[in-house]
Amino acid sequence: MSNNEALIPKLGVVTDIRMDTPDVKTFRVNAPEGGKLFEHMPGQCAMVSIPGVGEAMFSITSSPTNKEYMEFSIKKCGCLTEWLHQIEVGQQICVRGPYGRPFPVETEFRGKDLLFVAGGIGLAPLRSVINYVRYYRENYGKVDIVYGSRSAADLVDYREIIDEWCAEKDFGVHLTIDREQEGWDGHVGFVPNYVKELNFPTNKVAIICGPPIMIKFTLAGLQELGFDKTQVYTTMELKMKCGIGKCGRCNIGSKYVCKDGPVFRCDELDELPNEY
Amino acid sequence: MMYKIRTERLPELFALAAADKALYLPVEQGGQVEFRPWSEGAAVRFDALNTVRSAKDLFFPQTENLVAFRTEGKKISIIENADTGAPFGLMGVRSCDAKSFEILDRVFLAEPADTYYKARRENGTVVTLACHEPEETCFCAALGIDAAESADGDAASWIRDGWFYLKPVTAKGEASVETVRPLLTECDGADDAAVEAEKKDIGAVIGQLPFSKLDLSRFRGENMLEIFNDPRWKELSAACLGCGTCTYVCPTCQCYDIKDFKTGDGIQRFRTWDSCMYSDFTKMSAGQPRLTQVERFRQRFMHKLVYYPMNNDGLYSCVGCGRCLRKCPISMNIVKVAKTLGGEQNDEQ
Ligand code: SF4
Ligand code: SF4
Ligand code: FES
Repeated sequence: MSNNEALIPKLGVVTDIRMDTPDVKTFRVNAPEGGKLFEHMPGQCAMVSIPGVGEAMFSITSSPTNKEYMEFSIKKCGCLTEWLHQIEVGQQICVRGPYGRPFPVETEFRGKDLLFVAGGIGLAPLRSVINYVRYYRENYGKVDIVYGSRSAADLVDYREIIDEWCAEKDFGVHLTIDREQEGWDGHVGFVPNYVKELNFPTNKVAIICGPPIMIKFTLAGLQELGFDKTQVYTTMELKMKCGIGKCGRCNIGSKYVCKDGPVFRCDELDELPNEY
Repeated sequence: MMYKIRTERLPELFALAAADKALYLPVEQGGQVEFRPWSEGAAVRFDALNTVRSAKDLFFPQTENLVAFRTEGKKISIIENADTGAPFGLMGVRSCDAKSFEILDRVFLAEPADTYYKARRENGTVVTLACHEPEETCFCAALGIDAAESADGDAASWIRDGWFYLKPVTAKGEASVETVRPLLTECDGADDAAVEAEKKDIGAVIGQLPFSKLDLSRFRGENMLEIFNDPRWKELSAACLGCGTCTYVCPTCQCYDIKDFKTGDGIQRFRTWDSCMYSDFTKMSAGQPRLTQVERFRQRFMHKLVYYPMNNDGLYSCVGCGRCLRKCPISMNIVKVAKTLGGEQNDEQ
């Protein structure tokens, strides 16, 4: 990839917009001539921009096994994302990528039982891995998914979870919401506590994604259950501009999240300054 | 082979060198010496030690266009309009600035290479100039850089006793010297001796400079967390204004931002230098990992002295040019940081 490809975006077209939650929409993106803009691996990100409005890094939530399009689940939380939440199908956008080190789906995850833990929009990067694992089902062991949100309405990808993931063989799906709510007969409580309650055996690889505070407590909970940090993966989020380790912005110590991350194994983070 | 020309005839050499391509060199204008394109009558200042801004501007300009956009309804068109310029010459580059190019190369030429920077590096021919009179703020020697003879650049030069000596060291340097060859005289043994004497004199001055023996030995990857967590960052950064001057004058600072500008009939995306000293640098709608100036200040020096070397075979991202020593409004700088947090030998100085 030359820099022209790395800093100059490609033109994409939004071909579908799904309202996931009151503040999360999932955008389907195609190349103008159809098909995907580029290939990626689960956990990788792309820079999405609207010229004149802004550019920001988003996780690619669709699985690479989806050969038709790419998807981004985007939470409304700033200038660019507010703009994106207003666009309609047919809008062209600019996309460049993919960036970053993906989840080790073909190495460390192969043949293992997997435990996915997500909070809120944190499901976005994990959805890519989960659907990848579903596609290559025979390459992985049992899968557990613990996913929580503020309320039932804030669960991203709810239909896909209920209709597809729950129906998958050897998939345990454990949903939770923070507070009691009418019409919800599932679990109520915070994700880190639920993970502990579920008392998972430690012969798994765990993958956590969500707000920093949730990651912190979930990791502590897993360690209480006997998990080692070398079994736990997470993703980091810092401000980014270039995506290729050159603009100097997204470092944690000597590592650049855009290039050495966003996926880190939790023991790797121990060796870095606590500045994230 | 080394060549020479009388210093009073240098304007002829500049004119010939500038005949077919732009020639940048230290020129005084409005009381400030900067690398500027040569033109007839330019006040070339080979005696001025360091330009206010560094020579990195020629390869990594403060702002440059990346791409333009036109929007119409839901449609966007992308128009590539970067301009990486034409071949140029760069003379009068001190050893410190010449070394900074290697430090920038390791970032910008690493895969995926920055094609704009790369094109300018290929376009540029660098002629270094030995430092006749190093200043008190120079500490290139502490970084292993030789002010008397640069290890970088395409040709090296010296000035002594009214003679300008020029020695090509790369094929590109040879080709450039060839274009001014009619004005040059081939050097003989006496000239070699004069240049050797010049180098020796420079070495003697360097040896006397206050920071030449700055001990940086503690700045190593294995001490990263210990140095990062040192409580003294607080007092070191206490007066920092967060003005970013140190980063703008620094030849090795490489951070940039990418921004859009509405031009009236479209949108221009450009890149521009940025500074880790600014709060906006890492501020996201989701949070801010560097909340106060302590963290931003620490980042600048941790990057130069610890993080960059960890990723680049121990090479520090500082060339000891002394610009930040001269320009910081509160007189805080990398030497003070190194003396406080660096090796033990600094205590004895
Ligand atoms: S940190 Fe200061 S002395 Fe070192 S290269 Fe930058 S400006 Fe020069
Ligand atoms: S160290 Fe000095 S020059 Fe640098 S930001 Fe602080 S006050 Fe400005
Ligand atoms: S986004 Fe530029 S270095 Fe990571």
